[in-house]
Order: sequence, then structure tokens, then C-alpha cells
Amino acid sequence: MFESLSERLNKSFQSIRGRGRLTEDNVQATLREVRMALLEADVALPVVKDFVARIRERAVGSEVTTSVTPGQALVKIVNDELTDLLGSSNSELDLRVKPPAVILMAGLQGSGKTTTTGKLAAHLKQSRKQSVLVVSTDVYRPAAIDQLEKVASDVGVDFHPSESKQKPKKIAVEARDAARKGLYDVLIVDTAGRLGIDDAMMAEISSLHETLAPVETLFVVDAMTGQDAANTAKAFGDALPLTGVILTKVDGDARGGAALSVRQITGRPIKFMGTGEKLDALEPFHPDRVASRILGMGDVVSLVENAEQKVDQDKAEKLAKKLKKGKSFDLEDMAEQLRQMQQMGGINALMEKMPAGAQMPKGMMGAADDKQVGRMLAMVNSMTPKEKAFPDLIRASRKRRIAAGSGTEVQDINRLLKQHQQMKKMMKKFSKGGMNKMMRAMQSQMGNQGGNQLPPGMGR
Amino acid sequence: MAKSKSNTIKQPGFLTRLRASLNRGNSWLTYDLRNLLPGETVDQDALDELESRLLTADLGVDATTRIMERVQSLFDGGRITTREQLANELKAPMLDVLRQVERPLDVTRESGPFVLLVAGVNGVGKTTTIGKLARKYVDAGYSVMLAAGDTFRAGAVEQLTQWGERNGVPVVAQSSGADAASVAYDAYARAAARGVDILIADTAGRLHTQGNLMGELAKVKRVLGKQDTSAPHETMLVVDATTGGNALSQARSFHESVGLTGLTVTKLDGTAAGGVVFAIAETMGLPIRFIGVGEATEDLDVFDAERFVDALFK
Repeated sequence: MFESLSERLNKSFQSIRGRGRLTEDNVQATLREVRMALLEADVALPVVKDFVARIRERAVGSEVTTSVTPGQALVKIVNDELTDLLGSSNSELDLRVKPPAVILMAGLQGSGKTTTTGKLAAHLKQSRKQSVLVVSTDVYRPAAIDQLEKVASDVGVDFHPSESKQKPKKIAVEARDAARKGLYDVLIVDTAGRLGIDDAMMAEISSLHETLAPVETLFVVDAMTGQDAANTAKAFGDALPLTGVILTKVDGDARGGAALSVRQITGRPIKFMGTGEKLDALEPFHPDRVASRILGMGDVVSLVENAEQKVDQDKAEKLAKKLKKGKSFDLEDMAEQLRQMQQMGGINALMEKMPAGAQMPKGMMGAADDKQVGRMLAMVNSMTPKEKAFPDLIRASRKRRIAAGSGTEVQDINRLLKQHQQMKKMMKKFSKGGMNKMMRAMQSQMGNQGGNQLPPGMGR
Repeated sequence: MAKSKSNTIKQPGFLTRLRASLNRGNSWLTYDLRNLLPGETVDQDALDELESRLLTADLGVDATTRIMERVQSLFDGGRITTREQLANELKAPMLDVLRQVERPLDVTRESGPFVLLVAGVNGVGKTTTIGKLARKYVDAGYSVMLAAGDTFRAGAVEQLTQWGERNGVPVVAQSSGADAASVAYDAYARAAARGVDILIADTAGRLHTQGNLMGELAKVKRVLGKQDTSAPHETMLVVDATTGGNALSQARSFHESVGLTGLTVTKLDGTAAGGVVFAIAETMGLPIRFIGVGEATEDLDVFDAERFVDALFK
């Protein structure tokens, strides 16, 4: 998500970034570009208008013109406003009430309420050790209740049975009583999908809300929603006192405008995002990280967190020790790096989060194909231990054998050996300069790109 | 309801409902041009407002820019001064675009079942659309069978089975988690043996960015072709009208992976709905078979360019 928005925004900044002076025309043209970029990303028109107006106000004021680097000052304003728009930090669910804490799910048809109910139940059970009961009040769509029952059993939470002949309100009351009796911490109430303009259905969910007095009322919205996001968010926000938003289907190639629109119009924080079909694919939403991802500054924090979770620390230390002792970086070490990269979700997942990654040309991203990594590993695996330790040994006939063994061509082996040479050189530099030097190098590189600092806690 | 062939089913109330749904949200340019143009004459403010309306209708930046450039030059040249002229200048090109994609689905076959494969991303309304189509074709005098090919989402098989029961239509299903291609193969064999006219195959919702899932869909299509090389006779993508520019991206990816032959646009009763129809029609040129404007069975009907544009401009 957000790739193309980030691409467009960066393009619009390119022309003014390095400028020493900004004229009104320059600013005007850039803002027009920003407007188009946002509209193309499906940000709702009223939100775009508002956003651009705020930037213009700050830009024509003293902030930009008196700055030493006006171009970068403008980029900074956009970044600030974007972060502001998305909210500043992740907001957790607030469940501090006398149990059971009731969570009411609301949204359009097909936005993913039932699946998200299951994911949320799993999240509460695993991460917050809550006992969860779920119930469906969707008496309209065929088999909606069966779907929730199945999802609940898949994630291992209890399901309160209901029937399509019952009234939603009655189901809700019964479920709440059952949750009280069963001493559950949390009750999640799934509802039928409804349109914001369907008065009867909106009245139904309002009355459900009144009856249940939920501690969290979450609006579930599809990340692929277009301009309609504005109207829908408004209708739901007017009918229900929402406490948060869950953005679904973020794993598609949606341009993410809905996230901005819904946040702005409801004024409520996006609390989670659904990132896949599996029932564990629900992540807390970090607005600050998303904002910097949109502006192509990378999501280094998530990258580091991911690395900490997935990289085998022992192996990394072993390699560091080895290099310190003056031993060289051999092919086996390279293979190990590649394997760890695969564990972190492959090259493309990494690139996306890297500062320069979002700005990389499309073709280049494609070239760093994850299949390529698999092939490289196959080549290394086709080598003898001796060859791995002393790559210089690999001459013509060995190359032919390795190529045959890994199903590749001799040219591929040559390319691999060359890449290994480059990595070896890089490793040598790092082992001399250490981590600090590397971070400083990264920081100065980022400074060139956006005039922005590393996120707090990084780079030292 | 008449026992005519389906592509001529036209219910009298549909146009009214279409108009009502498209305009209910007060967001289409049309709600009526009278609101947009309080006076009889067109001025620059009105044009700016028109641009906003086109954008909020999900027409996309490209199409909007093109339309506005044309209207602007006509306005500057003094050829648009009244509301009537503006409406006509907007209507004509829109109708042109939509006429090209107005090709109703013809389900008649000499022998063997007509196979309709339905695909789309999650939550666009595939299963619901299939339920409604089944009803339409049964009412029009065809024998119909459904294949419960969504073996992934919890409750999907039950949902389709309930639609089948409601309409007295047999549903071929295997257990949840079964191979979708095998369900399709099985369903075709049974449909052919029973001499069914139309077999409608459901598939699991999948995001168009998931390469392996698109591969799975291609396999379902291939397997359907094993017993009858001409099957599926229609590979239809269901698109949610409330989706923004992403709908185009969906249509493109599905077309590349499985080769689409038609589209159905659902949930046009959302509020911003409509613009996306133009964007897809213009870029993809794929026939639009049906459009859905509400939850009731009769709210799904054959796409008719003229009616659609009329509803917008009334």
C-alpha cells in the first residue's frame, strides 16, 4: 500500500527540493501536484482540499520563505501535516471497564467485518491474554453466522450461537448476559454490513449501540475504497460514536487514500490494519511510520523490529566475530545472509521499508527478485565446502559442474561470484568502522533525501 | 416476470431504482444539474464545481482532466452557455464510451451447459451476485446449477447452499478447504449429466496482487476446459462500485491472469458510485454484463448504457 502515492509525492517534490529560493509560482505548482497525487491515491476530495489549504497557509507564511532550504522546508510541512492527519502514535484498544468489555464492529458490506472480528479475537487472546466471546447479529446475509462460528473455532475463542430468525438486539442482549455469566473479559459483536445511506439499518445499529454501550465501536473499512470513503465515514461517524477504525485488505495495491480520508472525517484513530487472509494477519497501525513511508523516507523502525524478531542473533554475532578476527567473508556467510533475508519476507519486503526503497524505479525492484535469491542459494548449495570457503578455487570446470548441479548457467555463477566480491568488500568496511559508522552513513544519506532525521531511538 | 430470455429481462421499476440509488447520495454530478447551475447560464464557478463532482464520483484524475479540458475549451469558445448545452456535451461522450461495453451476456448453447465462472477480490459480492443470477435465470426458464468453489472463506459454501435452497437450484459442494478446481470439475460433470442449461461457478475472493492465488484461479479455469474445450463460456469479474481507482488495477490483473470476458459492477447504491464504471469501460473495453443497485434480487439487472446515462442526467 501507499507505493504509488509515495512515488507521486516524491516526484512533485523533486523539482523544488534543492532550490535556494521559492517563488509563489513554484509553491503553487508543487501544491497542484500534491493535490493530484492525493486524488489519484483515492483520498476523498474534501480531505484533499482541506489538506492542501493547510499546507498553502503554512507555506506562504514565513515558515518556508525564511528557511535556508525552502524546498526542504516545504517537504517538512507536508510530512508534518501528513503525520498530523494520520494521528501521531498507535492507539491501543481501551478495555478498562468492568468486564465484559463490549466491542461493536460496524461497516459496509464486504469490508471484512467478520474476518476482522476473528482476527481481533485472536489478537486479544494471544497478545493481551483476554478471554473472548464473539457473537454475530448478521441475520440478513445467508450463512454469516456460520462464517463467524467457523472463524471463532479456527482462532480458538468461544462463540455465542445465534439464529437468523432472531432480532439483532435480542441476540446482543443474550450474548452480553452470557458473557457476564461466563466471566469473559471481552465480547465482540459482529454486525451485518450496511450502507451509510440506509436509514433503517443505521437506526438498527444505533439502537444496538445504545443497548450494549460498547467500550469500543470500531469502523471497519476496506483500504481499496474510493471517494465513497468520505460519505461512508461521515454517515457512520454521525450515527455512532466511533472509537476507532480498522483498515482491511491493506495487502492489495490500494493507494491508501481511504486511510487518510477516514481518519480525517471520523477524527478517530486507525487502530489496526488487516494485512492478509490468514487469521493472524492483523497489525497495530503506526501512523508516524506510515507517514514516513508515504513520503519515501522508509519505515526503518518496523524494519529493525522485524529484524530483531526474525534474525538469528547468534548467527549474526558469530559472523561479526569471525570478521573481526580478520577472516574473510566467504560464500557460506553470504548464503547465510541470503537465508536471513528470506526469513524477513524477501528482498521486496525489505526494500519497501528502506529509506530509498520507495523511490527506487519499478524495474529495479523487479530485478531484486526473490526468486533470484532462491537461485543464488541453489548455486551455493551446489558447491563443495572447500569451494565455499575458498571461492578463488572456482574455475571453468567447477563452474560448469555447479551450474549443472543448480540448474543455472555459467554466467549466473560468474554473477554470483562478482556479487560475493562486492559484499566482501562492503563487509570489510563495516567490520572496520563498526555499526556507528554505518548508521551515520545512513543518516547522512537520508538527510540528502528528505531533510529528515532518523526516527527517535535510531542512529546511535 | 416474463419467461423471456434473460438478456431481455427489463423490469419497469429498475430505471427508477437505478436513478434513485445513484442520486440518493447527492454526489453524482447529476443530482441534478439544476443544483449545480442555479441560473440558466454556465459560468466558471459552475465548471469548477463540475470538476469536483467528477472527481468525487471516482471518475479518476485522467478521465476528469480529459472531460474538463474539452468542456473548458467549448466554454471558452462560447459554445456552452446554457445548462442544456452543458448536459448534452457531457452526455454524448459518456454514452459513446458506455455503448461500446454494453454487450449483454448470451447464455444460449446448442448442447452442454453454459459455464459461467465468477471471480473477484474479497467482499465485492460474488456469492450474492451468483445467488441473484441463479434466481434470474430460473425465472427466465433455464435450469441452473451452482458450484461452491469458494472453499477458503469460512461459511462461503453454506452461503451459496442457502441461495441454492431458496431458489430450488442444486449446489455442488465439497468440504471447506477442498481443491477449488476439483469442485469445478465435479460440478461440470454433474451439470452435463443432468443436462443443466447454466452452470455458475463461485470462486474464493482473492486480492489481485497475490500471484499464487491468481495462479489457482487460472487452474480452475483450465480444469473447466478439460471436459468441454469451450468452457468457461464466460469469465466474469465482479467489481465493487465503491472501490476507487483500484478497481481498474483489479480488472487489469485479473484480465492478465485469467482472461476476462465480462464484468459485473455491484453496490452502485453506495454513494459515490458510478465513475468507476466509466474508468473501466474506457480503459479495458470489457463488456459490462450486469449492474447491482441494491440488496434485493431484482436490484441486479442487465447493463444498459442509455438507461445508465439517463439515470445520471435526469
